[in-house]
Amino acid sequence: MDFDLMITSFPKLLGATVVTLKLLSASLFFGLFLGLFFAILRLNKNIFINKFAYGYSYIFRGTPLLVQIFIIYFGLGQIEYLRTTFLWIILKEPYWCAIIAFTLNTGAYTSEILRSAFQTIKPGIIEAGKSLGISNKIIFYKIQIPIAIRQSLPAYGNEIILMMKGTSLASTVTLMDLTGVAKYIISTTFKPIEVFIVAGGIYLFMTFIIHNVIKYLEKKYSFQ
Amino acid sequence: MELLAFGKTGWGDELFYATLMTIAVSITAMFVGFFFALIFTPLKLSKYKTLNLVGNFYTTVIRGVPELLVIYLFFFGGSGAIMYVASIFGYYEYIEINAFITGSLAIGIISGAYSTEVFRGAIQSIDKGQFEAAKVLGINKFGQFYKIILPQMLRLAIPNLSNVWQITLKDTSLISVTGLVEIMRQSYISAGSTRDPLFFYSFAAVLYLMLTYVSMKLINKLEVRYSRGF
Repeated sequence: MDFDLMITSFPKLLGATVVTLKLLSASLFFGLFLGLFFAILRLNKNIFINKFAYGYSYIFRGTPLLVQIFIIYFGLGQIEYLRTTFLWIILKEPYWCAIIAFTLNTGAYTSEILRSAFQTIKPGIIEAGKSLGISNKIIFYKIQIPIAIRQSLPAYGNEIILMMKGTSLASTVTLMDLTGVAKYIISTTFKPIEVFIVAGGIYLFMTFIIHNVIKYLEKKYSFQ
Repeated sequence: MELLAFGKTGWGDELFYATLMTIAVSITAMFVGFFFALIFTPLKLSKYKTLNLVGNFYTTVIRGVPELLVIYLFFFGGSGAIMYVASIFGYYEYIEINAFITGSLAIGIISGAYSTEVFRGAIQSIDKGQFEAAKVLGINKFGQFYKIILPQMLRLAIPNLSNVWQITLKDTSLISVTGLVEIMRQSYISAGSTRDPLFFYSFAAVLYLMLTYVSMKLINKLEVRYSRGF
C-alpha cells in the first residue's frame, strides 16, 4: 500500500469530482424535462405519438451508453452539413456531446419511471378532482404531477445513482472527470488498487449522499 | 452496404465475430455473477452480523462505483496481482492475462452484485410457511432448497434477472477499453480505418438492439415456463 500516493492523488481526484458533478447535474436537469415530456407523450392516445415515444425510450434503453456517446461525439461530426450550422459550436465540444448523450439516456429511463408513476395513480383521485369542478389542466399540474413525482422518487433515486456512474464514460471522449483522472494516475503510477480505493471512495460517498437525500424526500413527501 | 460485406472487402465477418464475442463475454460474465451471487446471497441472509456486513460491503461497493473504474482496476491490477502471487512461488517472468478473462471477471463481479440483490429479494418474498411446511414434512435441507425454495424463487427472480442480463450485456461494451475485440472495439477499429464512425457506431447500436430484443423474447418464454400454475 502506497499511502503517499493516496494522499497526493486525493486533491487531484477531488478536483475532477467537480467535473463529474457538473456533468451529472446538467444531464439530470435536462433529462428530467425530456423524461416528463416523453412520459406525457406515452400517455397520449394517438398511436403514432405513443409509438414514437416508446421507440425513443426503447432505443436508448436497449443500447449501451458508450455507443450513444460515440455516435454523438465521433459520428455526428461526420455530417458535413452539421459543421456549417450553429450546432457545430456545441457538437465540437466533448463536454456538450457528453451532456447531450447523458441527457438523452437519462431522459429515456426517466420517461419510463414517470409513465409508470402516472399509470399507478388511482383513477379515484382524478375523479375526485373532476367532481370538485377542477379543470383538467389544474388536475394534471396540481394533482397528477405531484403524485407521480412522489411515486417515482425511489426509482428516480436509483436512476440518479446509475447516471452518476454513467458520467464515468465521459472519460472515453477525453474529458477529465473523476474516472478519467483516476485512469490517468493509474496508467502513470501503475498503482491501481490505491487509486481505486480513493476514487471509489469518492463515488461511494456521493452515492451515500444521494441515497440519503432521496430517503429524506421520500419520508417528507409520504402520504401518511 | 459494401462496408458490411463478408470477406476481405467488408467488415461483415469481423462484426459478426465481434457480436459472438459480446455474447460469449456476456454469458460468461452472467455465470461468474451467479457464482458470486451464490456466495454472497447466503451471507446477506445470514443470522450473523459480520457475514451480513461482508455481503453488504460487496453489493454496496460494486453498485456504487462506476463499472469503468472496476474494469480499470482489473485491467491494470489483474496481471500485477497474478504476478505477485506467482512471485511467492518463485516465478518472476511477466504474466499477461487474457483480455477475455479479465473482462468477463470484471463484468461478472458487477453483474454478481445485481444478481445477489435479486436472489435476496426473491428468497425473502417467499412465504415463511413454505420453509416451515418443508421442515414439517421432514424434507432434508438439500431437498428443501432445490425442490421447494429454488423453483419458487426462480419464478420471482426471472423478471429481475432479465434486467441484470440487459445490464450485463450493455456493460460488456465497456471492456472495449481493454482491447478485447467485441462489438464496440470492432466498430472503433472499422470506423478508424474507413473514416465512417457514424455508420459503424449506428450499426453497433443496431446490433445491441437486436441482442436485447432477442434475449427479451427468450427470457419471456422462460418466464412463462416458470410461472406455470400461477
